[in-house]
Amino acid sequence: MLPTGGAMGAVAHVLAVDPVPARSQMGSSLGFHIILACFGIAFATVTMTAEWIGIKRGDPAALLLARRWSKVMAVLVAVGAVSGTVLSYEMGLLWPGLMGRFGAAIGFPFSVEGIFFFLEAIFVGVYLYGWRRLSPWAHWWSGMPIVVAGVLGALSVVAANSWMNSPAGYTLSHGKISSVDPVSVFFNAATPYETAHMVLAAYSVTGFLIAGVYAVGLLRGRRDRYHRLGFAIPFTVAGIVAPLQVMMGDIIARFIAHNQPVKFAAMEYVSSSTRDAPEWVGGILINGHVYFGLSVPAFDSILVGFSPHTRVIGWDSVPPDHRPPLPTLIHLSFDLMVGVGFFLFALAAWQGWWWWFHRRLLVTPWFLVPSALSGVAAVAAMEAGWVVTEVGRQPWIVYRVLLVSSAVTPASGVPVTLGVILALYAILTVVSVGVPMIMSRRWRRETPAEEEAERVPYGPSPAGAGAGAGASAAGPPAPPVRRASPGGPESP
Amino acid sequence: MSPSPEAIAAAAILVVVISAYALFGGADFGGGIWDLLAGGPERGAAPRELIDESITPVWEANHVWLVFILVLLWTAFPPAFAAIMTALFVPLSLSLLGIVLRGVGFAFRHTAQRLQMQQLTGVLFAASSLITPFFMGTAVGAVATGQVPVHPAGNVLAAWTSPTAILTGFLFVAACGYVSAVFLVLEARQRGHEELRRYFSMRATAAGVLTGALAGGTFTELSASAPHLFTGLTGRALPLVAISIAAGITVLGMLWRRWHHGLFLRVTAAIAVAAVVWGWGLAQYPYLLPTSLSLAAGSAPTAALVAEFVVAGLAVLLVAPGFALLYVLQQRRMLAAAESDADLRLAAQPEQARPGTGQPAAAPASAVTAVTTALVLAMLAIKAIRDALSPSRRR
Repeated sequence: MLPTGGAMGAVAHVLAVDPVPARSQMGSSLGFHIILACFGIAFATVTMTAEWIGIKRGDPAALLLARRWSKVMAVLVAVGAVSGTVLSYEMGLLWPGLMGRFGAAIGFPFSVEGIFFFLEAIFVGVYLYGWRRLSPWAHWWSGMPIVVAGVLGALSVVAANSWMNSPAGYTLSHGKISSVDPVSVFFNAATPYETAHMVLAAYSVTGFLIAGVYAVGLLRGRRDRYHRLGFAIPFTVAGIVAPLQVMMGDIIARFIAHNQPVKFAAMEYVSSSTRDAPEWVGGILINGHVYFGLSVPAFDSILVGFSPHTRVIGWDSVPPDHRPPLPTLIHLSFDLMVGVGFFLFALAAWQGWWWWFHRRLLVTPWFLVPSALSGVAAVAAMEAGWVVTEVGRQPWIVYRVLLVSSAVTPASGVPVTLGVILALYAILTVVSVGVPMIMSRRWRRETPAEEEAERVPYGPSPAGAGAGAGASAAGPPAPPVRRASPGGPESP
Repeated sequence: MSPSPEAIAAAAILVVVISAYALFGGADFGGGIWDLLAGGPERGAAPRELIDESITPVWEANHVWLVFILVLLWTAFPPAFAAIMTALFVPLSLSLLGIVLRGVGFAFRHTAQRLQMQQLTGVLFAASSLITPFFMGTAVGAVATGQVPVHPAGNVLAAWTSPTAILTGFLFVAACGYVSAVFLVLEARQRGHEELRRYFSMRATAAGVLTGALAGGTFTELSASAPHLFTGLTGRALPLVAISIAAGITVLGMLWRRWHHGLFLRVTAAIAVAAVVWGWGLAQYPYLLPTSLSLAAGSAPTAALVAEFVVAGLAVLLVAPGFALLYVLQQRRMLAAAESDADLRLAAQPEQARPGTGQPAAAPASAVTAVTTALVLAMLAIKAIRDALSPSRRR
């Protein structure tokens, strides 16, 4: 996992702003937590799909996968609970100016999230410990609340972030909130776009990361049913999401062009409001000039309004101190996200094509190596997306209402907590990658058919997956070994 | 200006949630403290195992109470939340550090295989169980003594390092140990573990006496350092203080006479702690931050408070059936850690009768009924929210 993906961006960006340490601490906390949150939102769906196949077809390999995934899920949800608590604390520790003034408004979505957090914690317990004694279908249904709570919990938390981008549902008098309309706070203009985008991203990150682990297994020559299913199930879930996410990205970009034009201007290098605005692909902005970029004439206007004559608002529409800092970071993050989105879409389409005509899983290294990296790419895209939305909102913490500099804590000591938090997240990363790795090693000892592969270091770490995939790509691929019996316990 | 009924109700909910965290979270922390004090790997093996068994299934759910406290405080009483988080930045950050380390210790403890690693994660878990309640206690002490200004200019070191605040920190640690030891006495008894029952009974008595002494000491300190709170505690909150003292003495008596009626002992010990929390809340009334920020001045607009009530109601409607399901399943021994995958073949053949399962038909019925009930209740609750909030939208 890349907990520092968001942190790096945040660190780079905050150098230009006043509340530097607080901003980096929030950025690194969010950047770390969001990866675990993805698993909280989407892992249950992947696991339950495997269990459904297992029960429906009496497939022991699928059931074994589901059972093992449920154990990994429990660890990740537990670490996510801890890192989520850190964020709750930080809302107050770092941004008392925001919470003191707008807590009454922004607090409501967070309260709703608390309910779903509770439900998730309860049913993860039932699902994890119910394998042995609950009947198969009762057990399957006990996972359903986790799926529902995951999506609704995401809706609630992202609604709070949407509110910061598109504040609504409150009345100010003398700088204090005098009345609140919680429903309008929750369902602000940005909520449907941001939540849909994030839920899809969660499914994409979870699916591609898990699939990536088994892609490494397949590349290492473990072509048994256990590994093929372990790849196919999460890859299918993420593959269905990939085209939807590209469409959603297009829709949300048009929404931002209208709702937060200055953020959009930074994303697309629009310095002054103009028609025939060009679309920049890549490029670095130095002193108002774009270097090393590819410019497609008038394409930005076409994307925004389906016509080259569409007027796109530039960042000159607001005074310099109200423009987001580091447009290069915002633009390149945006490009990275869009690029990865299309890459994942292409990967899913390739496998979909192959399945449609051949009814078989693609096992060529040309497909498996990018698939092994797809999870890391999805994480990078998601982190880049958060950099775009968070840095793009600067210098506002609540868009056009409250500046970051007036929300930050006056307490000294944030640089210290920043250092501690970074160290803690390093430990939490070790836990959330290391514990599943230890588990997987133990599992392979349990499965006699897999014992010969024991020497090979192999675990569900995306970093390890990437390295492993690279190594396999360099050397000749291992000869395909097809086993008649599934990798799990022998079929009855 | 007297506070609105909604503000009082929100404060009451907050006090109830805090006392729930003090009990459930406190028992968890206490378990960690006894783990720390259990001695070497061999001597401490039996109590450590009991502690681990009783905390593992519940620590995550117990943890959610803390999140509810934070969310409720910032939504219902934003200025108080901002002031507390700013002035008490240091102790709250330290308690957060404890929470994170505790989670890490917990997650790694069960997967670590080597003894050294197990010891390291165990120490991490145990030490953080000690520092978290201590610093939370100092923060509460700082608020109670009125040392948190409404608009702090930064950290207020003096607020949480006063003798009263430090004493409150120690009081919290002792109370956690006390609650936990009492609960562990019952856990040991349920498992028919006579030696461990005596072990924790002795520790519960010691912790109870220590908690009482520290509470007495803090009380005496308060007369000088927090006159408003002291007046409240000796005035309108006096019945609650008396109940707490009586409950505490009853528990000590029951432990002494070995009269361990499960539910009664548990409830009495819980009352001893909860009554103090409620007494604190009542004594501090009508102030959020005595005596600078009143409930009336510090609460959110009515609609935000009403929304919190709806959330609280929804939480009860949705979470209660979930907890009931968890409890029923656990009582019927339907939940067990699946260590090996050898029984998977059985799961793959749903038609065949499976040996070793008590009531195969009852489980799906109860699970499906509970899920359906939860969904129906959720829909009703959503309708109720819409009805409740539609007038405020029209306005």
